[in-house]
Amino acid sequence: MFKMMMCKEATHLMSKRLDVPLTFQEKLSLKVHLAMCSYCTQCNQQFSLLHETGKQYEKLIERDIVTLSSGSGDSR
Amino acid sequence: MQQITTEGNQERMQRLVAVRPRLISFARLQLRDLARAEDAVQEAIEAAIEKDDTFAGRSGYETWVFGILKYKILDSLRAQRREGWWQPLDEELDEAAIDRQFQKNGRWDQEARPSDWGDPETTLHSERFWKIFDLCMTALPDTAARVFSLRELMGLSTEDICRETGLKQNNCWVILHRARLRLRACIERDWLAEEA
Ligand SMILES: [Zn+2]
Repeated sequence: MFKMMMCKEATHLMSKRLDVPLTFQEKLSLKVHLAMCSYCTQCNQQFSLLHETGKQYEKLIERDIVTLSSGSGDSR
Repeated sequence: MQQITTEGNQERMQRLVAVRPRLISFARLQLRDLARAEDAVQEAIEAAIEKDDTFAGRSGYETWVFGILKYKILDSLRAQRREGWWQPLDEELDEAAIDRQFQKNGRWDQEARPSDWGDPETTLHSERFWKIFDLCMTALPDTAARVFSLRELMGLSTEDICRETGLKQNNCWVILHRARLRLRACIERDWLAEEA
């Protein structure tokens, strides 16, 4: 039997998951907690979104150009 | 022949001018100083022009310049450390800000419970989101913002971050955990406030 994990500890695993692979035990604890806790599920999605910001920045930079060329009449 | 080169150059300059503001705000998130951010971008642009004197209007050019900028940012960061401008702290005094999000028993505090931000794709394409992100990054404590930025914006592994900062890996994870919690709270407040 493992002890029920609380939200604060769950956010620790959600964060760690983005930096390093979790152990089997950690994965399981997190999965069980997320299945039962809608707040942590939201938090997990928000952390994932923050994790995308780097890639998204690159896309924004490409989009600046698309805006520029569509202004001058080019399709791209 | 000569004319083609000139046209190519003109297009290149136009494209560089167009991305420059975005490059500067990216560099500023990492370097926490506008003048240094502008310098890093200037160096990256100069290096790009020098390396690519036969610019042929190819796509992916900006991504390539962005890649050069990341190296220049790391150089500038190292200089900041050498000059004692930035001293990475193992212990940041922001535990209280995190604890405020949770009750004593480890559950979310009623006020801090995370809400739905809407469709992630739409959120990430909203200029308003990026404005809020920028503000919340600026409001983070120095080390938290820099470590977060190295990890999530620059894409360094925590191992590489340790090498760059002298922080221990364990502390890196703690700092990242706190930074993410603070950021999510800050972004949520502004993101949902204006929309309501
Ligand atoms: Zn929870």
